[in-house]
Amino acid sequence: MTADTQSASPFEANGLTVALGGRPVLWNVDVRLPARGMSAVVGPNGAGKSTLFKAALGLAPVLTGQVRLLGEPVARVRRRIAYMPQRSSVDWDFPVSARDVAAMGLYGRVGWFRRLTKRHLEAADAALERVGLADFRNRQIGRLSGGQQQRVFLARALAQEAELLLLDEPFSGIDTASEAAILDVLAGLEGEGRHIVCIHHDLRTVAAYFDHVTVLNAVAIASGPPAEALGEETLRRAYDASGLRPRALAA
Amino acid sequence: MIGAGDGLLEALTFRAGYNTGVVMAGSAALGAAGGGVGAFLLLRARAMAADAVGHATLPGIVLAFIAAGALGAEGRALPVLLAGAALTGILGMAAAEALTRRTRLAPDAAIAIALSVFYAVGIVLLSWVQTLPAGSQGGLESFILGQAAALSAAEALGLAVAALLALGLLLALFRPLGLLCFDEHHARARGWPVAGLDAALLGLGALVTVLGLQSVGLVLVVALLILPAVAARFWSERLAGIFWLSVGFGAGGAFLGAAASSVWLRAPTGASIVLALGLVFAASLLAAPRRGIVAEAVRRARAGWQVRAARALQAGRGYPGAGLFGWRRSGRPTARGAAAVARLELWDRCLAEVPEALPAELAWGIDPLPAEALALLGERVR
Repeated sequence: MTADTQSASPFEANGLTVALGGRPVLWNVDVRLPARGMSAVVGPNGAGKSTLFKAALGLAPVLTGQVRLLGEPVARVRRRIAYMPQRSSVDWDFPVSARDVAAMGLYGRVGWFRRLTKRHLEAADAALERVGLADFRNRQIGRLSGGQQQRVFLARALAQEAELLLLDEPFSGIDTASEAAILDVLAGLEGEGRHIVCIHHDLRTVAAYFDHVTVLNAVAIASGPPAEALGEETLRRAYDASGLRPRALAA
Repeated sequence: MIGAGDGLLEALTFRAGYNTGVVMAGSAALGAAGGGVGAFLLLRARAMAADAVGHATLPGIVLAFIAAGALGAEGRALPVLLAGAALTGILGMAAAEALTRRTRLAPDAAIAIALSVFYAVGIVLLSWVQTLPAGSQGGLESFILGQAAALSAAEALGLAVAALLALGLLLALFRPLGLLCFDEHHARARGWPVAGLDAALLGLGALVTVLGLQSVGLVLVVALLILPAVAARFWSERLAGIFWLSVGFGAGGAFLGAAASSVWLRAPTGASIVLALGLVFAASLLAAPRRGIVAEAVRRARAGWQVRAARALQAGRGYPGAGLFGWRRSGRPTARGAAAVARLELWDRCLAEVPEALPAELAWGIDPLPAEALALLGERVR
């Protein structure tokens, strides 16, 4: 990474508007996340946080506006981005083991037709080791606890060796040991110079875990260090359902 | 009955005549391809799309016959008919896909619509062709229920080659297809051509369908793509395991069904093959040790009894069967019974204090608790 890309924003949205099923979910969102430190995106349910990530990755249709990741349109930098979706969107009955999922992070490097070599499997195992799941590598993913499942997907992101990690609620519904383990790994990655952006569900811990917070509820309400962004006024505007601004709330 | 058994044995060892052997080999190749493609269709949740293709081939077959006849060519020529079948088959599947995507219709409704409308058009065309003076419809009806007995050696060889090609393509695309089936979002985010991979998979499904039209018939060909895969799912928890088992079940079931059809049944070979595959499925459903319903029922009954008995023992009471299983003697819990109660109480504490550390598959109150949960509990208590 050159000095330029180091200080450029890893995640920048301009006038981003996304409509799903005819309803606006994100409206004219301007966001510019800092290059250093761990960033969080918070907001009530149905605020469009997951949609922000999906639109950034080209997984949701953008009505107007644009997103630049690592300073470029996403199509050019896909290899350098890791995306961890919400737990609810995974088929836990699927016949894959923890090691299989971790190895998926390497597919981009292995290519279409080559087989996974011993080196690849070792890289997958190393990623599992780093999240503390080395002993569970052959277990089918449905047979892991919530925290372990989350860590498997983090291992996949690690195996990718991505520069930018987009994680959708990595800490929701997991035990404290897994939460600490994940936080540890993320902090380590940030220390290596990678960019971490998480959708976070818990306002009580966001200030402790993250250096930058963006408050979202269909529109961007605030963005800055936790002390600034999480003021009483912004929280009221974001979470108060009786506010005047129309909300694109889930049913 | 003994004579029939001998006949089957002869057939299975390729001693029942050349034709029968050809039919069996061709069917096995078809079954293998169906098993392989079906495994991925199942995991991608697109199994019914194959049914749409099957039923939608009928108008294409009839139209190809008419077109060939009008052009003066041999109307009954197989490649011509199969080309027509492929065309409308794929159109039918595309129609179902478009309906799902552009309207609020669920996939199953869209498939049912496409399937029935195309098939109805085909039936109408077929009955109209039968009124034409220019020759009979040339046995077009045999495509509905199949007529494997008419399989020539060349056609069987063609089936074998096509099956090998299909399986080869699946093996080449194994990892990308597996990724697509498991996590479409991740695949898309990483830049894999999701639409192209889906098209390849559904295209292979259409290929197997068209190949199976002649031997198994369009009504039943979907079974080749579903039954082996579902049967295989009962036995394996690995993607590769499911794939190869599905290929094996498909080939074996088709082989057996074709043999049985030549020996016993007057039924069309297609039906016989599907019955054989159905038996394989039924056996898997019943006998599979982890996912089979018998094993599941036994586990459930055992677990239910254990929880109730442990609770009763915990409260100082007896429970029917507690003496029989060595949990209670002379009105007091034995060592085993006491251990069961202790485990139950440990579960009570874990569920109260560290529920997130417990994997979903464990049987509450009975299974041993994972070390990490106990460690967490120990830490909390400390």
